[in-house]
Amino acid sequence: MTNFWWIIGGVLFALLNTAAGLIWVERRMLALWQDRYGPNRAGPFGLLVVLADTIKLFFKEDWIPPFADKVVFVFAPAVVMLSVLMSFVVMPFAPQIIVADLNIGLLFFLAMSSLGVYSVVLGGWASNNKYALLGAMRGASQMISYEVFMGLALMGVVVLSGSFNLREIVEAQKTVWFIVPQFIGFLIFLVAGVAETHRLPFDIPEAESELVAGFHSEYSGMKFGMFFIGEYLGITLISGMLVTLYFGGWLGPAFLPPVLWFVIKTFAFIMLFILFRASMPRPRYDQLMEYGWKVLFPLSILNLMVTAAIKLWLNT
Amino acid sequence: MIGPAFYIAAAIAVLATIMVITRYNIMHALLYLVVSLLAVAVVLYLYGAPFMAALEVIVYAGAIMVLLIFFVMMLNLGKESAEQEKLWLKPRIWIFPSLLCIILLGELVFLVLQNHQPAAEVKIVDPRAVGMALFGPYILAVELAGMLLMAGIVGAYHLGRQKEKTLHRFLENNEL
Repeated sequence: MTNFWWIIGGVLFALLNTAAGLIWVERRMLALWQDRYGPNRAGPFGLLVVLADTIKLFFKEDWIPPFADKVVFVFAPAVVMLSVLMSFVVMPFAPQIIVADLNIGLLFFLAMSSLGVYSVVLGGWASNNKYALLGAMRGASQMISYEVFMGLALMGVVVLSGSFNLREIVEAQKTVWFIVPQFIGFLIFLVAGVAETHRLPFDIPEAESELVAGFHSEYSGMKFGMFFIGEYLGITLISGMLVTLYFGGWLGPAFLPPVLWFVIKTFAFIMLFILFRASMPRPRYDQLMEYGWKVLFPLSILNLMVTAAIKLWLNT
Repeated sequence: MIGPAFYIAAAIAVLATIMVITRYNIMHALLYLVVSLLAVAVVLYLYGAPFMAALEVIVYAGAIMVLLIFFVMMLNLGKESAEQEKLWLKPRIWIFPSLLCIILLGELVFLVLQNHQPAAEVKIVDPRAVGMALFGPYILAVELAGMLLMAGIVGAYHLGRQKEKTLHRFLENNEL
């Protein structure tokens, strides 16, 4: 039982530090890819910029606009942290390091990511501001659409492994990682994952060049910090999920412990997310929806049907 | 085994549902409805239906309610609609529904007091069993539901179809 609390504490500690550290990693990597220096003054390699940012966020005036819906306004940033952190409950970091070994793990992840939509929607609505409302509406339609393809893409993995349990899914990849038989599913999940975390290039709910700051225009101080850190946690979550579902989770050659394999693979994907941000332009809102419903949706259904057909054919 | 967790979840569900009915602000009512659905999901989980619980959260709390909130946001109902709700929901209006509810409650209490059998042992239904049931004995219902949804999608597409765009203002009124 004490072991259990250690796992929860360890996972929380690692996640929150990763999310905070990503502030620095992202800015440095973006600078590297864009031929700039990035934050390099405070501390070694500019690492203390994380501390400076945190202190700044804590000491900023925590302002609630008088025209806002107060309760919902305060509640919205908590939802993003809650839903993302809850998703990590089912994530298998290593054979023994998993908080809850649910047999509906994958569905739990989908459920939590669908609840995450509320943070964007409620934050934008409660701000009672035109830009925020526009951002929230874009966010709601984007996330609710891409959730569909995300779920359908994941079903290919479920068909192959025959389980919703993430630990069993990882163990089913002992011979070959699911990236090989599920390459199309992987691509769809990757695109949908970027859209779910509303990261660039799909940061349409924020779109600072058109909507001020979108759904969190009115937020300041630690409430904004929650959205900010929630986004980095979301990146970590989607990267971890990509690794668990398609890249064999903790599996890897035995010279490194399983946890380390998981961390290395996850960080590779986090880097990919940052590279996306550094290199891609933002599509228009209608282009995003069209791409989703006219390309990804048929593709994900086709992927699921072909996978199921091959699986049935091999079994008989 | 069910004990306190069930009673807490059930109490939250009932309270949240009461709040849904009594709120004047439609957004707050919808948020309470989300809470109520989540509580029902917990109850389903406790009764050994984890798959249904997950679907309840994904489909009801995560998709349908978001859509409803999306529409409410687009309608931008503000103070005026709350005032109107207040006008509609006069105390007198509550009398008849409350009467019906009291009768129902009395019936429920009577039934609960009648039967003292212990609840059946909780049997956990895994996703595989749900799938087998849906695509085995209940395949006809699944197909019918699918057809209904298909009709809905086709209807929605028809309603949302855009008129042909005319590129010049002189051509706008000419029906081709």
